[in-house]
Amino acid sequence: MTSISEDSDKEKVRSVSVDLNHDASLLIDIPDALCERDKVKFTVHTKTTLSSFQKPDFSVPRQHEDFLWLHDTIVETEDYAGLIIPPAPPKPDFEGPREKMHKLGEGESSMTKEEYAKMKQELEAEYLAVFKKTVQVHEVFLQRLSSHPVFSKDRNFQIFLEYDQDLTVRRKNAKEMFGGFFKNMVKTADEVLISGVKEVDEFFEQEKTFLLDYSGKIKDATAKAEKMTRSHKNVADDYNHISGALNSTAADNNNSAFKKHLEKCADVFEKLRHLCVLQKVEDRVASDQELKLTELLRYYTRDIQAAKDLLYRRARALADYENSNKALDKARLKGKDIAQAEENQKQCLQKFDKLSESGRKELTSFKARRVVAFRKNLVEMTELEIKHAKNSVSLLQGSIEMLKSN
Amino acid sequence: MAASSERSPPPFPDSEEPELLEDSDEGADAFTGTSISEMDSLSPDTTGPPKDIFNEPPEDIFSDPLSEINSEPQKNVKIPSPGSDEAVDLFSDPLDDEADVISSPEVQNPVPDLLKEPVEAPKSDVISEPPSDLSSKPVHKNAFDPPKGAKTAVSAELFDDDDEEEDLFNEPLKGVTKKPQPSAVSGPPVNVFTEVKSEVKVKPQVKDDPTDLFAEEAVTAPATKPSVSSSSRTNGVHSEEQDIFSEATVELSLDSPRNDRKKKDAVKPSVSAPAASVASSSSKPPSKTLEELEEEESEDKFDLNISVTNPEKVGDGMNAYMAYKVSTQTSLTMFRSKTFTVRRRFSDFLGLYEKLSEKHSQNGYIIPPPPEKSILGMTKVKVGKEDPSSAEFVERRRAALERYLQRVVSHPSLLQDPDVREFLEKEELPRAVGTQALSGAGFLKMLNKATDAVSKMTIKMNEQDVWFDEKIQDVENEEQQLRKLHVMVESLVNHRKELSGNTAVFAKSVAMLGSSEDNTALSRALSQLAEVEDRIEQLHQDQAANDFFTFSELLADYIRLLGAVRGCFDQRMKAWQRWQDAENMLQKKREAEAKLLWANKPDKLQQAKDEITEWEAKVTQFERDFERISATVQKDVIRFDKEKARDFKRQIIKYLESLLHSQQQLIKYWEAFLPEAKAIA
Repeated sequence: MTSISEDSDKEKVRSVSVDLNHDASLLIDIPDALCERDKVKFTVHTKTTLSSFQKPDFSVPRQHEDFLWLHDTIVETEDYAGLIIPPAPPKPDFEGPREKMHKLGEGESSMTKEEYAKMKQELEAEYLAVFKKTVQVHEVFLQRLSSHPVFSKDRNFQIFLEYDQDLTVRRKNAKEMFGGFFKNMVKTADEVLISGVKEVDEFFEQEKTFLLDYSGKIKDATAKAEKMTRSHKNVADDYNHISGALNSTAADNNNSAFKKHLEKCADVFEKLRHLCVLQKVEDRVASDQELKLTELLRYYTRDIQAAKDLLYRRARALADYENSNKALDKARLKGKDIAQAEENQKQCLQKFDKLSESGRKELTSFKARRVVAFRKNLVEMTELEIKHAKNSVSLLQGSIEMLKSN
Repeated sequence: MAASSERSPPPFPDSEEPELLEDSDEGADAFTGTSISEMDSLSPDTTGPPKDIFNEPPEDIFSDPLSEINSEPQKNVKIPSPGSDEAVDLFSDPLDDEADVISSPEVQNPVPDLLKEPVEAPKSDVISEPPSDLSSKPVHKNAFDPPKGAKTAVSAELFDDDDEEEDLFNEPLKGVTKKPQPSAVSGPPVNVFTEVKSEVKVKPQVKDDPTDLFAEEAVTAPATKPSVSSSSRTNGVHSEEQDIFSEATVELSLDSPRNDRKKKDAVKPSVSAPAASVASSSSKPPSKTLEELEEEESEDKFDLNISVTNPEKVGDGMNAYMAYKVSTQTSLTMFRSKTFTVRRRFSDFLGLYEKLSEKHSQNGYIIPPPPEKSILGMTKVKVGKEDPSSAEFVERRRAALERYLQRVVSHPSLLQDPDVREFLEKEELPRAVGTQALSGAGFLKMLNKATDAVSKMTIKMNEQDVWFDEKIQDVENEEQQLRKLHVMVESLVNHRKELSGNTAVFAKSVAMLGSSEDNTALSRALSQLAEVEDRIEQLHQDQAANDFFTFSELLADYIRLLGAVRGCFDQRMKAWQRWQDAENMLQKKREAEAKLLWANKPDKLQQAKDEITEWEAKVTQFERDFERISATVQKDVIRFDKEKARDFKRQIIKYLESLLHSQQQLIKYWEAFLPEAKAIA
C-alpha cells in the first residue's frame, strides 16, 4: 500500500482533540504514518521542556500494538484506579478500502478507463479518510495522556515516547487473550453483583445512573450516526456514478457525426458534469459528518466506558470496604485477627476514599471535557456543513446559469 | 419516355420545327406548363438553390442578352452559362451522367404530361395566369426561351446550340416532340393533370415568386425587392413543402409507369433510376432540412397547456378505476373554446395511443408512448389501502399521463389528429377496448410484437443512407446510456430515501441523548440538533421525490421514447423490406417472361407482361412509400431531438434548482443551529 504523508494534508482536522495540548511542556503529535500490509507504523513526535526527557524534540516509530500495550500497562497500574483511563485507540480498519482495492484490481480489465480512474479516485479518498481517522485516534490517545497531570509522568508512557528503537512489545498469546476475556466476564458479573451495594455518596449515585443512561443513548446515537453517514456516502457515490455516466453520455453524443445538431443535448450533459464536483462536496459532507459527529460519539462511547470502569473500580473498592467491615465485625465477634482485619478495613477505606476523591475530580473534569468536546465538534461540523452547502449552492447556481444562458 | 432517355437525336431537329410553330400559337402556355412542371418535380432536389438559379441569370440574361439575343444568337449560347452552371449541376447532372440509362421519372414524366396540358386542357389553373407573366415565364426557365416567348425570329440554330449545351432544355423539347403522340391520346393524362393541378395549388408561392420575379425583371428592374423577400419566405416554408413535393412527385411518377406501359424496353432503366433518385433526393435534402429545422428553433411554439389533475377513484373493488381531470388551456383556433376540462380514465389514455399508433406509426411518426400499465400498483389502489406507496403510485402516474399528453400535442402532426382533439374536448368518449393487459386483444398485441421482433431480426437491411445509419446507431447508444444513467439515478433515489430514514432515526436518538444529558446547554443544543436533523430528513425526502420526478422519470420517459424512435426506424425498415420483396418478385416475373419468350409461348406472354407491369407499379409504389417514410422519420426524429434537448434542459434546470433549494435550506438550518452550538458552555 501507499504511504500517505499527513503533512500533505494542509487542512488538518482533529476529530476529538479538545485543546489537549494546552500544556506546552509536553506536546505530542503524529505527523506521519506508514501503512504496510496490515501494520500501521506511526511516527510519534514529541516536543517537551520536561527535564525527565533527554532531548527536547524527538520522534519514534510506533505500531498500533504499542499503543495497546501502553493502555494495558496503565490500566493494570493500581495507582491509576481512581482515574479515568483514556480509552485505547481502536484497531486500524482498512478493510473497506482494501476490499475495494481488491475489486478494483479484479475489475481492471472489464472497466472502462474512466470508470477505473473514477473508482481509483474514490478509493484513494476513502483510504485517506480512514487513514486520517486512524492517525487521529492514536494521536488523541497520547494527547490525553500527556495532558493529564498523573499520566504524563508515567514511566511507561515516557518510555513509549522516548525509546528510539522498536518497542517490539510481545503480542498477547492465546492464553492471555483468553485470560483477558475471562477477566472481562468476571468483571461484568461482578458489576451486576456489586450493583446491589448501597451507594453512600449521592454524587456517585447520580453519576452512575447518568453514565449508565448516557452510555446506552450514546451507543445508540453512534450506531444511528454511522448508518446515516454511510447512507450519505452512498448518495455521494451515486452522484459520482451519475456524473460518470453523464460523462460518457456526453462523450458519446460528442462523437456523433451530427455534432451540430446534438450539441444542445450533449451540452446539457456536459454541464451536468458539475454533478461530479457536487459529489465531492457531498462526499466531504459525509466524511466531515463522520469525522466530527460520529467520531465524537464513538469516542465518547469509549470514554464513557472508561468512566464507567472507574465507577466500577470504585464500587469494587466500596464493596471491598464493606466486606472488610464485615470481616472486622466477624473478627471482633470471634476475637481473633482483629488487628489484621482492622488494618485491612483501614486500607480498604483508604483506598475507597482515595478512589472516591480522585474519581470525583476525574468525573467532573470528564464532564467539562465532554461538554467542551461536543461544543467544539458541533460548531466545527455546523461550520463545515454551512461551508459545503454554500459551495454546492454556488456550484449549482453556476450550472443553472450556464444552462440557462445557452 | 425510355426512348427519350435513349436519346434519339435524329427525330429531334425534325420534329422541332413543327412543334415550335405549334408552340408559337400558344407558346407561352406551353412553356408555362413546362416551367411549372420542371420546378415542381425538381424542387425537392433544389430546395435551396432556386433562388440562385432564378435570381442570377435574369440579370445577365435579361439586361443585355434580351436585346442581344435578338440580334446575335451566338452570344446567347454563351451568356446563359453562368446561370446554367448551376442548372447543369442540379438538374441535368444526373441526367447527363446517366442519360442513357435513366429516365428519371420526376424530371421527365411531368414534363410530357404537362406539355400535354396546353393541347388538351388549357382551362386549368396552372395556365390561367396573367399573360404578362406568361410571356416572361419561359425566360426564367431556361434563359433561351425569351426569343421564343417574345416571338422574335427564332431560328433552329439557336435551339440546336442550346440542345448541345444543355440537356435540361433538351428534355422538355424531346418530351414535347415525342410524348404527345403516344400517350396524350391515352387515358392517364387527365389524371396526371389533375394531380399536377393540386400540387400547383398547394405551393403557390414558389411558383409565383419566380415568375413574378422574372416578369418584373423583364419589364422593369426596380421590382426586385419584394420578389426576393418572398422567395426567402418560401425558403422558410420548405420543410413543409418538402413533404408536399415528395408526395406530389410520388403521385406523378406513380402514373408514369402507366404511361410507360407500352414501352417494355423502358423497364430496366426505370428500375435503376429510382436508386439514383433515392440517392439524390435523400442525400441532398437532409443536409438542408437539417439546417433549416435547426434554424427553425422554437418557431413552432404553440399555446397549448394541458394539465392532468385530480386523480379520483371511481367505483369499488376490482372494477374500480382512476379518473383524471384533463384540463386544456389554449388559444389555438382549432379548439372550440379557450379552456375546457374533461374526465378521462387511464384506459382512455391507452386507447388514444392505440388509435394514434394504428393511424400514424406506419407513416414514420414518433408516437409518444403512454405510461405502462401496472397491475400491481393499480391493484393496490383498487384494494383501497391508503398507504403512501399507492399515493405515490397515483401521483407518479398522474405526472406521467400529463407528460404523455403534453408530448402528444407538441407533435405538430398528432395535434392535428381528430382523435387527439376529441380526447381533449369531447365530453364522453367511447370506452377504449383492448387496453386491458390481460385481454384477448392484449394477447394478440403481444403476439404481433413477437412476430415483429422475429421479422426484425430476419431483415438485413443494407443501409444506404448515412444519416439513418448513424442515427440508428446513435439512438441505440443513447438508449443504452440513458438506461445506465437511469439505474444510477434510481439508486440515488433509493439511497436518498434511506438517508432520509436514517436521518430521522438519528434525530430521534440525538433527542434521547439530549434528554439524558445533564449539562443544560449541551442538552439544549442536542435537542436543537435533533430538530435540525428532523428538518434535514424532510429535506432529503423532498429531494428524493425531486430526484425521482424530475430526473429519474425524465430518463425513464426518454428511454421509452427512444424505443418509439426505434419503432419508427423499424417501420422504415419494413417499408424497405416491402420494396425489396416487390423488387425480387418483379425480377422473378421477368425471368418467367424471358423463359416464356424463349419457349415461344405467346399466349402466356401477355399475361406475364401484365404481371410485370403490375409489379413494376408495386415496386415504384413501395419505393415511394419507403422514401416518404424515410423523409417523415427523418423529419420527426430531428423534431424529436430538438424537443428532447429542450426538455432535458428544462428538466435538468428544474432539477438543479431543486438541489439548489435543498442546499439553501440546509444553510439556513445549520446557520440557525450554529449559535446554539456556540452557546454550549
